[in-house]
Amino acid sequence: MASQYRMNLMVCTGTGCVSNKSLNIIDALNREIEANGLAEEVQVIPTGCNGFCANGPIIVVHPEEIFYQLVSEEDIPLLVEEHLLKGRPVQKLMYTPPETKNPVPTMSEIGFFKKQMLIVLSNRGIIDPENIDEYIARGGYKGAAKALTEMTPEQIIEEIKASGLRGRGGAGFPTGKKWEFCRNAKGDEKYIICNCDEGDPGAFMDRSVMESDPHEVLEGMVIGARAIGAKHGFIYLRDEYPLALERVLKAIDQATEYGLLGEDILGTGFDFTISVNRGAGAFVCGEETSLIGSLEGMVPEPRTRPPYPAVSGYKGSPTNINNVETWGNVPHIIARGAKWFSGIGTETSKGTKVFSLVGKVNNTGLVEVPMGIKLREIIYDIGGGIPDNKKLKAVQTGGPSGGCIPASLLDIPVDYESLKEIGSIMGSGGMIVMDEETCMVEVARYFLSFTLGESCGKCSPCREGTYHMHTILENITKGKGREEDIELLEKMGTLIKQTALCGLGNTAPNPVLTTIKHFRDEYEAHIRDKKCPAKVCKALITYTISKEKCTGCTLCAKNCPSKVITGERKAVHVIDQSGCIKCGICKSVCRFDAVEVE
Amino acid sequence: MKTIILNGNPVEAEENTTVLTCAQKAGVRIPTLCYHKMLSAYSGCRVCLVEVSHRESKAPPRLMPACSTIIDDNMVVDTESETVKKARVFIIELMLSRCPDSEVIRRMAEEYGVFSGENDDVVRDYLLNRAPRVKETNCVLCGLCVRVCAEITERHALSFETRGVQRVVTSPFRKVASKCIGCGSCAYVCPTKTITVEEAE
Ligand SMILES: Cc1cc2nc3c(=O)[nH]c(=O)nc-3n(C[C@H](O)[C@H](O)[C@H](O)COP(=O)(O)O)c2cc1C
Ligand code: FES
Repeated sequence: MASQYRMNLMVCTGTGCVSNKSLNIIDALNREIEANGLAEEVQVIPTGCNGFCANGPIIVVHPEEIFYQLVSEEDIPLLVEEHLLKGRPVQKLMYTPPETKNPVPTMSEIGFFKKQMLIVLSNRGIIDPENIDEYIARGGYKGAAKALTEMTPEQIIEEIKASGLRGRGGAGFPTGKKWEFCRNAKGDEKYIICNCDEGDPGAFMDRSVMESDPHEVLEGMVIGARAIGAKHGFIYLRDEYPLALERVLKAIDQATEYGLLGEDILGTGFDFTISVNRGAGAFVCGEETSLIGSLEGMVPEPRTRPPYPAVSGYKGSPTNINNVETWGNVPHIIARGAKWFSGIGTETSKGTKVFSLVGKVNNTGLVEVPMGIKLREIIYDIGGGIPDNKKLKAVQTGGPSGGCIPASLLDIPVDYESLKEIGSIMGSGGMIVMDEETCMVEVARYFLSFTLGESCGKCSPCREGTYHMHTILENITKGKGREEDIELLEKMGTLIKQTALCGLGNTAPNPVLTTIKHFRDEYEAHIRDKKCPAKVCKALITYTISKEKCTGCTLCAKNCPSKVITGERKAVHVIDQSGCIKCGICKSVCRFDAVEVE
Repeated sequence: MKTIILNGNPVEAEENTTVLTCAQKAGVRIPTLCYHKMLSAYSGCRVCLVEVSHRESKAPPRLMPACSTIIDDNMVVDTESETVKKARVFIIELMLSRCPDSEVIRRMAEEYGVFSGENDDVVRDYLLNRAPRVKETNCVLCGLCVRVCAEITERHALSFETRGVQRVVTSPFRKVASKCIGCGSCAYVCPTKTITVEEAE
C-alpha cells in the first residue's frame, strides 16, 4: 500500500468476487475517482481473496478498514460521493448481522473475522498479489534472507521441527521430519514439489493462497530447497485454476528478476528454480506418487510406498512434497521463530488451519483459525450459524476421505488427533456444514459416487469395492435396502481400507463408516421403515396436499413441471402420485404451507 | 544378505529381494495374479498381501503386497495370519464377482477356501450371490498384457483406457495397433485367458 494516498480501496479479485463482476467494479471506481478529481488522493488496489466469499464482491477501505459487501457497479457513484468525497461511510453496503440489524462498519468487528487468526492468509486483501514490492513491504522474503544468510540447512530443519508444523495436505506428517528424511537420502539431484492439485469437492484453500499471496509459497519453497538441498522445485497446479496459474507465473518472473529465484540467490551462491505444471485433471493426481508419475509424463497412477518419495521420487531422485498451505507457513516460522509458532494451537497440532467453510452456514467463505478452536466456534461465531434457524445435524471434514461429525460432538477441539479419534480427519481443509434437512445416507452415497468416479482403477479393492459399496448405498436410498446391508457396508468398508493400494481407497469408506457410526438410525429408517427421515431420498417420500390448508389458488398446478396436479379454482388440489417426479416445486411455491411431505 | 522372519522362521535372501521371491525360495506359497517374474511389479490385484512389521518399530503390522515389498533386516512377515486370510479371501471374492466363470479365479477360490467358508458371511454372500456384475468380461485388469507388450516386446500396443470400474485394456484408438506384431505374448501372460490371437488372412 503506497502511503502517498489518503485512502486505499482494496477490491477483492479472488475467483468468487471476480465471477460477481469485481473487475467491473474496479473500472467503475477508477472512472468515478478520475471524474471527481481524486486520482491523486485515492488508490484502487486489486487484492486476493478476502475470505468472506458469500458476501462478495467486497471492498475494504483503508486506513479505517471500512468493510463493504455485495457491492455492485451501480453502487459506485454513491460510494465515491458519500465516502470518498464527503467522508461518510455508506451504511447500506455494510455487513448487517441478522440478529442485531445494526450495520457493522469495520472488518475487525465482524464476527466472521473476529475469531480468525491469520498466518498463511495474513496478506489476504492487503496486498496486490501481482506486485512483489507489496509482498516485500509486508516483510516478505525476510524469512528466505534469514535462512540463506544466517542459517545452515540443518538449523532450518531443526527450526521447522521445533515449530511442530505438520503437513496441511491431509495426513499431517511432521514437516521437519519429512525434510530431514529427504536431506539425508542418498542422491545427487533432489527435488521439491508444491502440491496444489486440491481435488476435494468444496475445497478452495490452496487456490486462494495461490491467488492472494503466491510469493509466500515461493518463499517457503526457497527455504525448503535450501534445507533439503534441492536445485529445482515443481508447483503442480490444478488446471481448473487459471487465475492462480497466471499469478504464480507472474510471481516467479518477478522473484527471478529480483534475484530471489534462479542463480546465486541473494548473492549466497545458492541456485534454485521453480517450474509450474498443470494438473492432469483427476482426483488421484493429488496423491503424491501419482502426482510424481504425472510430472514424469505418465498416467497418474499411485505406486506402493515404501519407497517413499523422500527416498525415491521424481525420476527416482529424493523428492520432498508438501501442500501449498504447508509451504505457506514456512516463511513465517523462519522469520518469527519456532517458539512463536509452537505457542499457537494444541499439544500435538501447532499453528493455524485454513478451512473452506461451505454448506448450510450463513457465512460461507475461507477462514483461518488457530488449531484447538472448537467446531462450535467455527460454525456459530465465525460462520454465523445455520440459515433460516434450522438445526445443525453434522459437519463433514476431510472431503471424500473424511467423515461426518454429529452435532453432539461440536465441542471437540479441531486438531489432528481429536478429529481422528471420532472417525474423521483434519483433511486438507474442506468443512461442509449440514442441517436437519440433509440425509446422511444420501451424503454417504454422494461421497462414494465421487470416489467411485475418481478411483484410478489400478487396485481391485478400490476399483471393485467402491462400486459395490455405492450400489448397496444406492439401493438403500431407493428403498431396496436389506436388513444385513449395514453390517455388509461396515465389513466391506473396513476390508477396502486395509487392502487398497493408496490413500484414495484407504480412506474412501470413511464417509460411510462415520455416518453409520453416528447416524445408524437413519440407515435403519431407510432399510426397515422405507422412510427417509430428512425427506430427501425421492423414492421414499410422497408429496400430498392438505385438504385443510389448500385454498385452491392453483399456483401449484401451474408450476408443476409434470402437470400432475389437478383441481378446480377455490377447490382442494390433488397430486397424481403415479406421475409425480418429487421435485418439490409445489411445496416451494405454495403460500399456505399446504403441501406435505411424508 | 538380509534376514527376515517369515512365519516365525528366519529366512535369508539377497538384498533387494522381494518378500514374494524370498517366500517362494523358502517354500512358502503366496497367491499372485498381477505378478510375473519377467515384468515390473504392479501391485494392483492385492491378492498377495501379507502382514509386515519391523522388530525395531512399534508400528502395528501392515498389509503389504509381497510382490513389491523389498525385504530388510528385522522385517517380520506373516503370510497366514487371520488378517491376511481375510484380506486374501476378500480380494478373491471381488475377483469372483467380477468374473464368476474364470477358471483361474475359481481354482484360486477353491484353494483358499472361499467356497467352503462360513455361509453366513455377509460380504461373501453379497459378492458371490447378489452383486451385479461390473462388466461382461473375464479381464481382471491385472495389466500383465500391457506390461509384457511394453517391457518385453517394447511395442506399447496395449494400454489402459479410462479409470475406475470403467477401465478397459485396449489398443490405441481401439484399432489393431500398427505396432502390434501379433507375437501373442499378451495372450500368453493373460491369467484369465481373455485375450485371443487370430491368424491373419
Ligand atoms: C487421493 C488423494 C488425493 C490427494 N490430494 C491432495 C491434494 O489435492 N493436495 C494435497 O496437498 N495433498 C493431497 N493428498 C496428499 C498427498 O498425497 C501428500 O500427502 C501431501 O501432498 C503431502 O504434503 P503435506 O505433508 O504438506 O501435507 C492426496 C492424497 C490422496 C490419497
Ligand atoms: S501379485 Fe502382488 S498385488 Fe498382484
